[in-house]
Amino acid sequence: MKMTKTRQTHSKRGLISLLASLLSIAIGLLVGFALLNVLNANHAVNGFGKILTTGFATSEKFAKVLYQAMPLILCGLSVAFAFKTGLFNIGAAGQYTMGAFSALAVAIALQQPWYIALLAAALGGALLGAIPGICKALFNVNEVITSIMFNWITMYAVNLTINNMPIMLTNFWSRSSIKDRTAPLADANPSAMLPKGGLDTLMNSNYINIGIFIAVLVAIIMWVVLQKTVLGYELKACGYNRHASQYAGINAKRNIVLSMVISGALAGLGGGLYYLSGTGQYTLVKVLLGMGFNGIPVALLASSNPLGVIFSALFVSYIQVGGDALQPHFIKENIDIIIASIIYLSAFALLLKGWIAKLLLRSSTVKDNPELAEALGAEESGVSEGNADTEPPVRGAEKEDAQ
Amino acid sequence: MIIADILSATILFAVPLLLVALGGMFSERSGIVNIALEGIMIIGALCGCLFLRYTEDMGFGADAPQLYMLIAMVISAVAGMLFSMLLAFASIRLKADQVIGGTALNMMAPALAVIVTWAAQGQAQTTILIPKWIRITQESLGFATGTDFLSRLVFKSLYLTTLAAIVLLVWAVIFLYRTKTGLRLRACGEHPQAADSVGINVYRMRYMGVALSGLLGGVGGLAYTIAAGSGFQSNVAGYGFLALAVMIFGNWKPLNILGASLFFALFKIIGSYAGTLPFLPKFESIKSSEYIYLMLPYIVTMVVLILTSKKSRAPKAEGIPYDKGGR
Repeated sequence: MKMTKTRQTHSKRGLISLLASLLSIAIGLLVGFALLNVLNANHAVNGFGKILTTGFATSEKFAKVLYQAMPLILCGLSVAFAFKTGLFNIGAAGQYTMGAFSALAVAIALQQPWYIALLAAALGGALLGAIPGICKALFNVNEVITSIMFNWITMYAVNLTINNMPIMLTNFWSRSSIKDRTAPLADANPSAMLPKGGLDTLMNSNYINIGIFIAVLVAIIMWVVLQKTVLGYELKACGYNRHASQYAGINAKRNIVLSMVISGALAGLGGGLYYLSGTGQYTLVKVLLGMGFNGIPVALLASSNPLGVIFSALFVSYIQVGGDALQPHFIKENIDIIIASIIYLSAFALLLKGWIAKLLLRSSTVKDNPELAEALGAEESGVSEGNADTEPPVRGAEKEDAQ
Repeated sequence: MIIADILSATILFAVPLLLVALGGMFSERSGIVNIALEGIMIIGALCGCLFLRYTEDMGFGADAPQLYMLIAMVISAVAGMLFSMLLAFASIRLKADQVIGGTALNMMAPALAVIVTWAAQGQAQTTILIPKWIRITQESLGFATGTDFLSRLVFKSLYLTTLAAIVLLVWAVIFLYRTKTGLRLRACGEHPQAADSVGINVYRMRYMGVALSGLLGGVGGLAYTIAAGSGFQSNVAGYGFLALAVMIFGNWKPLNILGASLFFALFKIIGSYAGTLPFLPKFESIKSSEYIYLMLPYIVTMVVLILTSKKSRAPKAEGIPYDKGGR
């Protein structure tokens, strides 16, 4: 009896999280619509329609949605996984770059097939992710700062390395004089491209490949790891309360490093998938790749639930494809405003959840279900303990350590 | 001579870091983690640069350059402050997670800047150029143009923002350590419950901390755009994040932050001057070795952070929303 009640409570709370996310999305879209009206009222309705419909308009566009969702799912998983352990992995950008580099180096310089390259991508990301983890566990340096520093270090190091590996560059493989980007895989090593599995003819698009299935599979595995294994339990326990978990005999330091390693591997895998699709070449630029940062809104929107990440990544990718169709009347940065508004709103998810809970369960349910009432009460006062919530990075705990 | 140039450029790039890191310090000392500094800088720079451009277009800017520069700085500061209020509202009033709110603002700012730049200048005009007359030259002060060491050091790249940074630094030290409000602000970042118990309004102090970070961040954004020299391109190249590192490196204390920002700027300048400095290793066998120097400030920061982590002393209550009913 007790069991079923608890389960009900959990599913109710999941529902509230979902509704809060949907409400954030709706308000964010309204903000976007208002912005379009301010910028160019004549085309606002048309433009907004494009944002909402382009992704499903043709199979080719939908293939693009899936193609962009693939790295987004993995970057989102990376951020979400770290959130679950109470860490904020803003370094997904660097780990993604590292993954892209590792995959391309193994594919082009070492001429290995795609699955080896993907493994290398995950490994590269994992190694880079380990650094903030170790700095945090051993030296108590905040992982946000370490990650930010290593985003830049990685970008410069990757650019430096690629520049000094002539075999990686476009002009090594063809007659072109382009030397500011890596060689297209079609020239350098076709066997390193992700198999298309007939999807390209089915959807009439060059972008689609089996990568999206890999991404979804990884998301499911991550969900199983977090929900059904001892490791996942320990990681989450560290996220909720590091000291309590230590008291219970969990090695918190090991778990922090492990969580960052897994988080890094996920982001690295995302970089690998994107660049092994064969449609993108890594360009030597002095700006950080945005994909890793886009994992943050994806994770937040999904309340850090690995399965939710699949859908939030698809949503973000969907409106980005819609945003590309906005030109020439608007620029695609309007989409960033929408996404940013959505995260800003999800930042006060507690408040939204409180509202929804009041609307949904005002009378009977809460009274009949003391546990649910208790859970909601706890949530509103910020002491959430459920498994469906975004756990904010616990900076308070660090402070105590520093003493 | 080249030493004078390097020092002068170091000061030029240290100014935005100093201003923004001081801003971050006020916010964190009041208990709010301000990861949105990057976004605040962008908004400040956007508004300041737009104003300067309009005075130039209207043709009256060059008449009283420093007056208009001062107005531009005020506009940047106010814009940064208004933008920072979004963070303050979410994290103080709504008790939202401060890092997430900041991340949202960091995402919003560059997108907003691109949109406003396009709206103001027409399509494909992604850069807001800033006029040349904002530099303080020796002629404008009525001196003869000297080429000796000192005049190159001081006047090679002197802007009103540099002078403002010096004034603001002095003010920050006095405000934080010598005034009642400064003491109260610090108390709210250390132990808000105790502060509240003696009648200090914690929420108001935290709003003030974030507002100050917005003011300084906005001016810092303008200062960065001036230092970068190529006009405003809807970003500040990660200087907001770098300023966070400067602040931590400076241990949340104004004078240490001054030292940290000079240190960072020096490494940045050495990176870009590396090719012309005879005493630096050239790495001739390596292509595009400038990347090595570009990496250096970040690597050095990491090493320093690891070495000083035992002594690092963050405000105790930062990042935790203050709840009057909490224990």
